[in-house]
Amino acid sequence: MRTQHANTARTAWLIVGGLLAVMLLFAGCGSSSDSNGGGEELKKLGQGEGSVDLISWAGYVEPEWTKPFEQKTGCKVSDKEAGTSDEMVELMKSGQYDGVSASGNATARLVAAGLVDPVNVSLVPNYKTVFSDLKNQPYNTFDGVNYGIPHGRGANLLMWNGNEVKPAPDSWNIMFDPKIAAKYKGKISAYDESSYIADAALYLKVHQPDLGIESPYELNEEQFNAAIELLKEQRKYVGEYWSEAAKQISAFASGDVTVGTTWQYQYFALKEEGVPVKASPASQGFLPKEGATGWSDTWMISSEAKHPNCMYEWMNWIIEPKVNAEVAEYFGEAPAQEKACEHTANPNFCSEYHAEEPAFWKRVYYWETPVADCGNGEEDCKDYNDWVKAWTSIKG
Amino acid sequence: MASEAVGERRSASHRLADLFYGRRRLQAGTLLAGPVGWLVIGYLGSLALLLIAAFWSVDPLSGATVKSFTLENFESLVNEPVYRTIVWRTIRAALLVTLTDAIIAFPIAFYMAKLASRRGRALLVVGILLPLWSSYLVKVYAWRTLLSANGAIHWALSPIGLDTPGYGTTAVWLVFSYLWLPYMILPIYAGLERIPDSLISASEDLGASPFTTFRRVILPLSFPAVVAGSIFTFSLTLGDYITPRLVSNDQFIGNVIFSNIANNQPFAAALALVPIVVMIAYLMVARKLGAFEHV
Repeated sequence: MRTQHANTARTAWLIVGGLLAVMLLFAGCGSSSDSNGGGEELKKLGQGEGSVDLISWAGYVEPEWTKPFEQKTGCKVSDKEAGTSDEMVELMKSGQYDGVSASGNATARLVAAGLVDPVNVSLVPNYKTVFSDLKNQPYNTFDGVNYGIPHGRGANLLMWNGNEVKPAPDSWNIMFDPKIAAKYKGKISAYDESSYIADAALYLKVHQPDLGIESPYELNEEQFNAAIELLKEQRKYVGEYWSEAAKQISAFASGDVTVGTTWQYQYFALKEEGVPVKASPASQGFLPKEGATGWSDTWMISSEAKHPNCMYEWMNWIIEPKVNAEVAEYFGEAPAQEKACEHTANPNFCSEYHAEEPAFWKRVYYWETPVADCGNGEEDCKDYNDWVKAWTSIKG
Repeated sequence: MASEAVGERRSASHRLADLFYGRRRLQAGTLLAGPVGWLVIGYLGSLALLLIAAFWSVDPLSGATVKSFTLENFESLVNEPVYRTIVWRTIRAALLVTLTDAIIAFPIAFYMAKLASRRGRALLVVGILLPLWSSYLVKVYAWRTLLSANGAIHWALSPIGLDTPGYGTTAVWLVFSYLWLPYMILPIYAGLERIPDSLISASEDLGASPFTTFRRVILPLSFPAVVAGSIFTFSLTLGDYITPRLVSNDQFIGNVIFSNIANNQPFAAALALVPIVVMIAYLMVARKLGAFEHV
């Protein structure tokens, strides 16, 4: 009996060992990474392929504007919602989708990994009337080549419970200045992602000008460390970090947190629940005095798109004046299309959201992917991996 | 004529049957090919791939893996103190939850196995299994509501001068202990049920006090079952990342794997090896303690 047991064990080990050897062989022969960057843009629009597969943020692809699109073009829309930029990049790697509504902290990565193709904007007639301060931006244009169609933009909000937080704050110092934040110890709600480092950098840009921070996404060692220190200090006062909208909504609704950084989605959801939340008012331009981080989203086309013609139809459709107005009002963001402002249900929508004021958007720092080569020629900026690792060490 | 036709029609299956007749290895091999193939390719294969990926690195911008051998993932894992803190926090929570569940589960399982009436036992089994019917997320969100600063625990405890622990390490411990309790009770119950009542009577007849009977008879006989249950509570805590995320700001190993998976898979793979190593060590200790003997 004993020897038989020993034999079985030996056989099992042989199988496992052989398997490992085979896998190692595979690993050795594995093809090297095939990131190429510059694919070919479409030259001429052809017949639609009958369907289009999208990856989007929640609220970007809704039946109100996909149904008429399907009727008009015959391209049936199927959509996969993603929760974070990381998830979008991950999904695009599968090669099963035609396009994605990427934020600026995903676009550069998608281009560098060769997952998206350039976009021939002359095949997208509505592109002509997109706000000019959204065209040829570092997050949608690389080496002078257009990689996408702007969708809309917005700023991350400072939100607080009107009954608990008085007077109304007009600065991010309520979250970052230890003297003020201490008053709300355990009641502060901060975003749980490495991109939140940029919020700290933006605060330092204004409050510690000698650090010389220009863009909160381009940080050298010294600037980066200062931001990390600030966030480690802030951690003592944070009640909760959030990355799911639902988690933050429940925390504000139950009163566990009273002030924090948020998105329009949570703000409107809490208002609807009757929670007395407030955000920086229109008189302050919806922004604390330092400005804010935000996003400007871009529809990009996959380099492995199986339905490129339908994808081009979609990119043109989403910035059709009427549709873009609908999309922007549905989500609560500024439209990308100039002419959308004539079609909004609320006639003041565009002025309320500052859609037509380039000066306003100078104070909103759209999410970007941090890269080592940040334009000063020295390649000394902290890259995305550094940000992710630092975020782990901040939370501890 | 008729019988010949039938023979013709059935000849294919007959031939197949002939092929297998008397060939035990072929029989067993065909039967096991599916499950074993799945185990080897799907399960061990992915583990092996994980092991290999841990020695690769990543292109910082595109996130594409660079398939050349490097130890840098393991170096940063060892050199940066934050990862030690996180690994230790995760293991400590897993041990604490296991201990808590063992202490709570034993009396319940003992009552079910030895004292309860048949009806009472059935009710208890249903009661223990019932929480497993609802979604994991629903249960964690329910605890979020309970633990909230203005939640039910605060309301119940404030009259006696206590308060809810709020979100944090204590909350993680409470929620894990609640979530995995059934996985501890059921193996102990099965183990205790196998101890013949006559052994307990014999111990009493020979003059042992109830405590001595427990210590010298019941505990040694049921200990393998406790260890078997602890494998569940320990490994489930070790691998979880959603509960810590929802009821605390603590990072567990799983949280760090999750935040690295999109952009740095090799590092995530290196991190994923940590719980595997811990689990192998744990299983070896469990084997020494006899957890696999009668299961």
